[in-house]
Amino acid sequence: MPEILHKSDSRGPHRKAWWVSIMMAGCLLAVQPAFGNLQDPSQMPNMFRPASTHADSILHLSIFVLIITALIFVVVFSLLVYSIVKFRKRADDDGREPAPVYGSNQVELAWTVIPGLIVLVLFFATARVIHAIQGAGRPAGAIEVIAIGHQFWWEFRYPSLGVVTANELHVPSSDPSHPTPTFITLLSADTDHSFWIPRLAGKTDLIPNRVNHMWLDPNETGIFLGQCAQYCGTQHAKMLLRVYVDSPDQFKQWVQGQAKPAHVSDGVNEGRRIFETTACINCHAVSGTVAVGRFGPDLTHLMSRDTIASGAAPNNTENLRLWIQDPDAIKPGSLMPAMKLNERDLDAVTTYLETLR
Amino acid sequence: MNSQAILLNSRSPETPPIELVWKLPSRGHVGMLSLIAAELAIFTIFVVAYLFYIGKSLTGPMPKDVLEVPIFATICLLSSSWTIHVAVKALQNGRLRAFGAWWFVTMSLGFIFLVETGREWHHLIVEKGLTISTNLFGTTYYSLVGLHAFHVIVGLIGIAIAMILTLLGKVKEEHSDRADVFSLYWHFVDVVWIVVFTVVYIIGR
Amino acid sequence: MAARSITLPAEVSQPIGTTLHDWFVTVDHKKLGILYILYALVFLLIGGIEATIVRVQLMVPNNHFVSPQVFNRMFTMHGTTMIFFVAMPILFGFANYLIPLMIGTRDMAFPRLNAWSFWLTAFGGLLLYFSFIGGNGLYGAGNAPDVGWFAYAPLTATTFSLGHSTDFWTLGLLVSGFGSIGTAINILVTILCLRCPGMTLGKMPLLAWMNLVTAVMVLLAISPLTAAQIMLSLDRFLGAHFFDTQAGGSAVLWMHFFWIFGHPEVYVLVLPAFAFASEIIPVFSRKPIFGYPVMVAATIAIGFVGFSVWAHHMFTVGMNSYANSFFTITTMVIGIPTGIKIFNWIGTMWGGKIAFKTPMLFCIAFLFQFLIAGLTGIMLSAAPFDWQLGNSYFVVAHFHYVIVGGILFTLFAAFYYWFPKMSGRMYNEALGKWHFWLFLIGFHLTFDFMHIPGLLGMPRRIYTYEAGRGWDIWNLICTIGVFFQIVATLVFIGNLLWSYFNGKAAGNDPWDAWTLEWSTSSPPTEYNFAQIPIVKSRRPLWDIKHPEDPDWKYE
Repeated sequence: MPEILHKSDSRGPHRKAWWVSIMMAGCLLAVQPAFGNLQDPSQMPNMFRPASTHADSILHLSIFVLIITALIFVVVFSLLVYSIVKFRKRADDDGREPAPVYGSNQVELAWTVIPGLIVLVLFFATARVIHAIQGAGRPAGAIEVIAIGHQFWWEFRYPSLGVVTANELHVPSSDPSHPTPTFITLLSADTDHSFWIPRLAGKTDLIPNRVNHMWLDPNETGIFLGQCAQYCGTQHAKMLLRVYVDSPDQFKQWVQGQAKPAHVSDGVNEGRRIFETTACINCHAVSGTVAVGRFGPDLTHLMSRDTIASGAAPNNTENLRLWIQDPDAIKPGSLMPAMKLNERDLDAVTTYLETLR
Repeated sequence: MNSQAILLNSRSPETPPIELVWKLPSRGHVGMLSLIAAELAIFTIFVVAYLFYIGKSLTGPMPKDVLEVPIFATICLLSSSWTIHVAVKALQNGRLRAFGAWWFVTMSLGFIFLVETGREWHHLIVEKGLTISTNLFGTTYYSLVGLHAFHVIVGLIGIAIAMILTLLGKVKEEHSDRADVFSLYWHFVDVVWIVVFTVVYIIGR
Repeated sequence: MAARSITLPAEVSQPIGTTLHDWFVTVDHKKLGILYILYALVFLLIGGIEATIVRVQLMVPNNHFVSPQVFNRMFTMHGTTMIFFVAMPILFGFANYLIPLMIGTRDMAFPRLNAWSFWLTAFGGLLLYFSFIGGNGLYGAGNAPDVGWFAYAPLTATTFSLGHSTDFWTLGLLVSGFGSIGTAINILVTILCLRCPGMTLGKMPLLAWMNLVTAVMVLLAISPLTAAQIMLSLDRFLGAHFFDTQAGGSAVLWMHFFWIFGHPEVYVLVLPAFAFASEIIPVFSRKPIFGYPVMVAATIAIGFVGFSVWAHHMFTVGMNSYANSFFTITTMVIGIPTGIKIFNWIGTMWGGKIAFKTPMLFCIAFLFQFLIAGLTGIMLSAAPFDWQLGNSYFVVAHFHYVIVGGILFTLFAAFYYWFPKMSGRMYNEALGKWHFWLFLIGFHLTFDFMHIPGLLGMPRRIYTYEAGRGWDIWNLICTIGVFFQIVATLVFIGNLLWSYFNGKAAGNDPWDAWTLEWSTSSPPTEYNFAQIPIVKSRRPLWDIKHPEDPDWKYE
């Protein structure tokens, strides 16, 4: 079944999707000055700009459904408008009651059968896509990822590549002629979550004591944004998600970097000592050290990530320091406790963490 | 049944008025059947949970290790359906003493069922270490059987009140309709027991 | 007749204490109906404040109007309040008031059960709101529930929901659930057993039919919620493991149980709304309802099929493709009887003489809006489309379109239509129209544009969002619409209050309508009818007013 993965109708509905998204982009650009910097439009989580087969087949079906519902709307709307205009009580009304019509079997039959046929058509179109997506085969080059949802961050493990990371998922782009999709197993360590990157796939939930699966085969490189889509507690809103689609070479490089143990630097021994003798190691892991905690994100290659706190803040010195000092300042209600370090220790630990490239 | 004879004007002056008997179902019966429908829906959910969790306990005593089939208790409860039926029939025919006797037997049979359930639970909790929080089996077992037992208790309270009123001589033949409505509840309790028994002691073991 | 002379002498001479006592101990269906309605209106205002807080927080990205903890409580309480303590009581209130009058009897089948059900429902609401002061048992500080109105497991487990806020949610709804079952039994028995002579099931008003099907649905749908809440309480209080995923329990099982309640619940809410439309549209079009038997059949079909669609709320949990396909088709199929109803209402207006009084304005808007709501529902029913749209603001927009654009609009219509009967006074038509247009604008500003952030990837239940994702302007517009709705609602309440004291005398039958309630005085006497009526057609008053051309010749 690998052929399902490289079925890409690049004409027809795809053009419609472009048209729709151009219209929307136009609207949004028009209001941009009033609302600050617009991120790169390609990063907007817009389902009308799919970048994978999964999202693409959803979009085709969606456009089809939209067209049919739009047609139904136009017909019924017109009937409604016509009836209230044509049959309104006139100013010169003679006060006689209009002829009572109690019903009509033919009419009732017509407006039962026609919607019934529409439902059949819609259903078959939908069932096809359901089976295509949920029954997709797994070709040899597929990358395996295990995603574990936590309150309020994402754990990503690549078992066969020996990589453990958090919040920012790297996957290789997939060439339709030689597909290398990423198959993700979805688990949860606590409550329900949902993995949603609109441009790459529909959402699938992460549910404790249940194993779910999904796949992506992105056909363009770049950063794709999303976030948790199932209410999971106080900081559900900031359980953000970033998927980095790398070229195959970039991906290989990234894997090599991630699979190495933690970088050991000089001049941060004080910070490292503080890190390893306080409660930090209860939750966090740094490979090659005594820190093997799994409650919080793996920090081995913390500095390879663009953001911290699951996308809540850019990864820079100031934010990192603030996060360790008082997580509630960035993400009130997150489960990381304020470490209550003094200024000196705080600086030392921050400097140490910044060496974990 | 509440019925009335009505005279309706006919559709044309030439023909005489039509006599119509307007008969609608009795409120008590329809009301009790509606309540039973709602209660059955509640029980269905507990039964579904029970069936879903069969074999899924991670630890602890399993059904076949600890459950003994409560034959005696079941016979008591199911016969009480027959005895309450006989009691209501007696009341409908005005035989008040027979009604009182059969009603008392019904109450006793129901009470025996509860005592047996209590003994079974005592055995399970104290000797076998199975509580509602032990594992999924404990959770679903106690909640389903317990929900049923709760409905038996409510029924018994109703029966006891009627028993007291009977002993005070307040129950007469004209109350047979109410007794019949009440017996619908008791039959429902028995039917639910048949389902619970099958699910817990036959399928689930 | 001067406006003030219609006050009944008995009421003027009573001290206020006696009047209050009468209302507290009443078993009269009309008084209980009004109590339900007033109770619901109070909670409408409270739920509206909660929604306003939510929308102000979301007006701009990264806003700090309220903390995430408060926000999460606001959306949870808003949803729970609106469904259980506004929509259900107000619809039960109207059903209570109207059904005995419309079927020609003196009261509901079980008047004391009626009173008990009302007070139980009322207590449930107070219990839920007590959580604001009593919810966080361990720490003494109050906390309302913050688990969302559908309270997914295991977020509701004691591990993740500390204190007692979740318990107030569970117990408040459990208690009011029993009240709902009591009312449903009453409605069902009343309709089946107390119709006046000649009123066969095929001759009773559509309002009675729709409430009958609603009552059956309540019996079968509220019970699963009751069961699930008992299970949740057993988990939380006695250490049971129904939804305890650490012990092998299933989070998805809660979802199934909840939605087996939750989906039929929306039909419980919408069928009475359809009932109002089915009574009001014919009168203001001056024609009988088009296709009465088909409307009945469609209602029953919705009742049945409504129980087979629940897992369309669970398309994203990872059910297999056969399950997803099944729930897709059942959800699409239920659009058919619903669509048939829309066509029948249009058929009723067709060839009529439509008078655009306030009740009719609200009904016409309902038709447009319910059409759109149904179509967005069809979009959501296609499972792959739902994999994008589900749990996003598109869903929020869809269901508010149904509940506000559909149900609330017909409720407003019902208020204006039956207010003269209940109070004996006419409302102010100009204020009514102001209410209509202001609310229409506000509704569309908020809920039309709300679809867009959903399409652009904005999930629901987030207290803030990243700037620059394309969501900012739409959220702002949605919030602006809220203020129009607030003003409109105040106009509405003001109209009701002013008209109650100063409105023109309404008389028995201000609308020249055809069902039995219009043959009683306004307001009706306590015993409703001096003589139990005998009917021969679906429009008994038409037969009386038009003896040369009665309906029973043609039906």
